[in-house]
Amino acid sequence: MLKVDNINVYYGKIHALKDISLEVNSGEIVALIGANGAGKSTTLKTISGLLHSKTGSITFMDENISHTEAYKLVSKGIAHVPEGRHVFLQMSVLENLEMGAYTNGRNIKDNIQNVFERFPRLKHRKNQIAGTLSGGEQQMLAMGRALMSQPKLMMMDEPSMGLAPILVEQIFDIIRDLHKAGTTILLVEQNAEMALRIADRAYVLESGEIKLSGTGSELAKSDEIKKAYLGG
Amino acid sequence: MTFLSNLINGISLGSVYAIIALGYTMVYGIAKMLNFAHGDVIMVGAYASYCTMIYLGWHPLLSILFSIVVCTLLGVIIEAFAYKPLRRAGSLAVLITAIGVSYLLQNVALLIWGSTPKVFTSVVNFEPLSFFGGKLTITAESIVTVLACIVIMICLTLFTQKTKIGKAMRAVSEDKDAAELMGINVNTTISITFAVGSALAAVAGVLLCSSYPTLVPTTGSMPGIKAFTAAVFGGIGSIPGAMLGGILLGIIEIFSKSYISTSLSDAIVFAVLILVLLIKPTGILGKKITEKV
Repeated sequence: MLKVDNINVYYGKIHALKDISLEVNSGEIVALIGANGAGKSTTLKTISGLLHSKTGSITFMDENISHTEAYKLVSKGIAHVPEGRHVFLQMSVLENLEMGAYTNGRNIKDNIQNVFERFPRLKHRKNQIAGTLSGGEQQMLAMGRALMSQPKLMMMDEPSMGLAPILVEQIFDIIRDLHKAGTTILLVEQNAEMALRIADRAYVLESGEIKLSGTGSELAKSDEIKKAYLGG
Repeated sequence: MTFLSNLINGISLGSVYAIIALGYTMVYGIAKMLNFAHGDVIMVGAYASYCTMIYLGWHPLLSILFSIVVCTLLGVIIEAFAYKPLRRAGSLAVLITAIGVSYLLQNVALLIWGSTPKVFTSVVNFEPLSFFGGKLTITAESIVTVLACIVIMICLTLFTQKTKIGKAMRAVSEDKDAAELMGINVNTTISITFAVGSALAAVAGVLLCSSYPTLVPTTGSMPGIKAFTAAVFGGIGSIPGAMLGGILLGIIEIFSKSYISTSLSDAIVFAVLILVLLIKPTGILGKKITEKV
């Protein structure tokens, strides 16, 4: 479904991504793990078109999207839930969801109902300004907003960041549910343990390079991973 | 009676500032830049209306429409050629460019129309209203200006709260990257904002020159600066703030002119601004929402 081939991304003179190649097949959950600053978010931003690669190519559903602008990718089926949620804090929950449906005006009512079923807490707060929601609720809103475009591929950047453990469990349950419902997922996580538990496959990024890849369970057993990311 | 008549004049002048301030505040909210050429778009709007009325004998309403079209195009062109290439540049570069555009417009106007003031014919042809046996007169210009300001305010609020493009504007003004990830074309949204702001500038120009009929190439610059002050005063980025700031500024200006000193009125206006900013740095209606991490 998604094929990233040898991309190199620079921030000014800093070489942030070095020859990254990865693949996400339809129906998979693929995790991208690694330490802070390894290039995980940069990879997602490059796929969603907020950044562009100098070399290589990105192919989505057999179409080269390397140079496509971010706003055009939403209607092609890519949704990106950014790190730090980035909900529109001064807009209501409902308006945030409407923005998620910006390119997908069809079935907007049904889609809002679906999001509310998945995240009942959002329904109770639908007229509330997003800035007044708790961190967990904002994460749910960011995910719900992304679902409004009925994406084929959903990319999530650190959905568990800064959340209490019980909420992290909830968020991961939801990711699993979304996956069961047929959404392909590319997940970036610092919480490697959780990520490897639900991922079909995973890539380990280190200083802008892919160090390891394999199935979730293989990597969870690997000594290198245990030492670096799973606390021994 | 003079108090009442001063108040009305203040609200009327303030309404013009408010309409101009809306342009400043919308553009600032979305592009995070101060478009110092905005005041000069007003001047172009006034000349456009003047020329079509005087040389072509157009009906005032038609000349206003023409002026709106001219300014809208001008705003979009300025944005596309001067500001868009600097989207990723520092804010100082954009600010200096805006000042450059401002001088460019003034000097082109000077080339075309010269420095001799034109006497603008009012677009309002009603008789002034008289109250209390002629003790209080309200000019038709004042009434039309205030009404126009109210209508614009209502339309703009509905536009940003209810329409898809309006909501997209709010989304872009809050978070460009997130808006882009929703599928919103940020560049187009910024152009639309410039178009709306400049269309308002045209209306402001015509109304301003109907009340104060001397039209020169620098006509827009002082009202532009005052409207910018009004926008900051009310809380830059906030539409009701621009409105409130504009009207308060107009009232303060007229009152200082008639009760304190004509020559000191501008100084008083800016002193009030400084006071407000010392007490509430975000302006009267400005707000800061702290982000949850």
